[in-house]
Parts: sequence; C-alpha cells; structure tokens
Amino acid sequence: MNIHIPTPLRAFTSGAETVAVPGATVAEVFTNLTSQYPELQQQLFNTEGKLRSFVNVYLNDEDLRYLPEKEATTVATTDELTIIPSIAGGCCTCCSLL
Amino acid sequence: MLHIDYANYEALRAHGEETYPHECCGVLLGKSDADGNHVHQIVRAGNTRTDSAHNRYNIAPQELVKIQRQARGLGLDIVGFYHSHPDHPAQWSPTDFAEAHWIGCSYVITAVEKGNAAITNSFLLTGTSEEDKKFEDQPVEIDVAEQVSQQKGQA
Repeated sequence: MNIHIPTPLRAFTSGAETVAVPGATVAEVFTNLTSQYPELQQQLFNTEGKLRSFVNVYLNDEDLRYLPEKEATTVATTDELTIIPSIAGGCCTCCSLL
Repeated sequence: MLHIDYANYEALRAHGEETYPHECCGVLLGKSDADGNHVHQIVRAGNTRTDSAHNRYNIAPQELVKIQRQARGLGLDIVGFYHSHPDHPAQWSPTDFAEAHWIGCSYVITAVEKGNAAITNSFLLTGTSEEDKKFEDQPVEIDVAEQVSQQKGQA
C-alpha cells in the first residue's frame, strides 16, 4: 500500500513523498516501513513503541485511533495511509504582553 | 528565508483581521530549496479550538489530510503554517513551540492589534527530532510584482 509522508519526515525517506510498503495490517505496514526507513522509528514512535501523541495516522479518510481494530486493521494494496503531525498552538494564557 | 508574494502575504494578514478577536490559522503550500521556503498558495483552515479561540488554535487532522492531498495534486508541499495572535506580539509562545512538530517548516505569526494586522514574523522550526527542535527567526522576503522588498518585523 502507499504511505504518504509529510514534509518533515521526507528527510528520512530519501525525499520520497509517497512510499509503497507491503503488509496485511496497519501494524505490519508500520513494521515494514520502519525496517525500510529505520530513522522513522524514533520519529513516529515513543520508547514504548506507541505512536507519538502528535502523530496522526489516517487510513484513507479514517483516523486510525477511531478504527475498531486500530493497528490490527487489515489493509488492501489499494488503501492509502497518511501520516500527518498535528498543528496547534496559540498565544500566551495571561493578559500581559510577552 | 521565507519567500511569499504580496497577495498571499496580505491575505494571511487579512485572515487574522477577519477572525479577530479569535486566532486564525492556515497552511502555506509551496516548495522548499536551499534558499528557503517558497509560498505559492495559502489555504485557510478552520480553528477547532472554539473553547478558547482567542488564544489557541488547532487545525483538524482530517482537514490537514485534505490540504496535503490538495498540495500533492498541485505538485506542491506543505512548507509552513500561519496563525494570528490577537492583541499579543508576533512572537512564538511556549504553546506554539510545544505544539510545533513540522521541522523544516515556517511558522508565520501575525499580531492583530484591536482588529488591525500589525507585525508579521516567521519562525523556522529547525532540528532533527522532537528532542532537539528549536525555533529560529526567519527573514521574510515579500515579492511585490516586479520589485522585491525584504521585511522583518514590520507591518
């Protein structure tokens, strides 16, 4: 299946925007992805092997967190996985200027 | 260096005025090279932080997926993001830093004072990972038709 890589992580995929990775489940695809591009392991997963909290993963248009079987979800070669780090922020919490 | 044409520069500043006193947010599409990030198009995004929109912003991941898909269709990349600071300086905050994860991308902040866009600054997120990331001041080059002006920290 194809995995779409966000701009900041392309430094670890030799610049590739989309990579084709085999696997029967999302977990297998991730295992194969990080085998193919080892530096992605630290970027995507914490020391416990869980996806970092700011890393969003979409299987087609579905958020992986909300799929019933999560990483165990089976995938087809025509499915697409999108990795998208979160975007958030905002100014200070108090009333005085920074 | 962040390179942006005048129309897009003014459009992102106008977005901050429109959403005042709430924060606006959006995505910068373009290309990156050794000379910096070049903005070809900006895409407005919704601020999902309706609980605290005056001092927080968040772009829904689903919307980001669509914007990234749109960029791919245009042959462009996500090269940065913008948001506003209503009645606060155009400087990154601890929250901005903690929530910044797109290394190599530009984070543009516009101070909106009493509804009027004031200073606009850009900060480049550098580093190799979450553990060593940092914001660096990034000069902004505004392309105005045939003439080019350099701007940093000016309205």
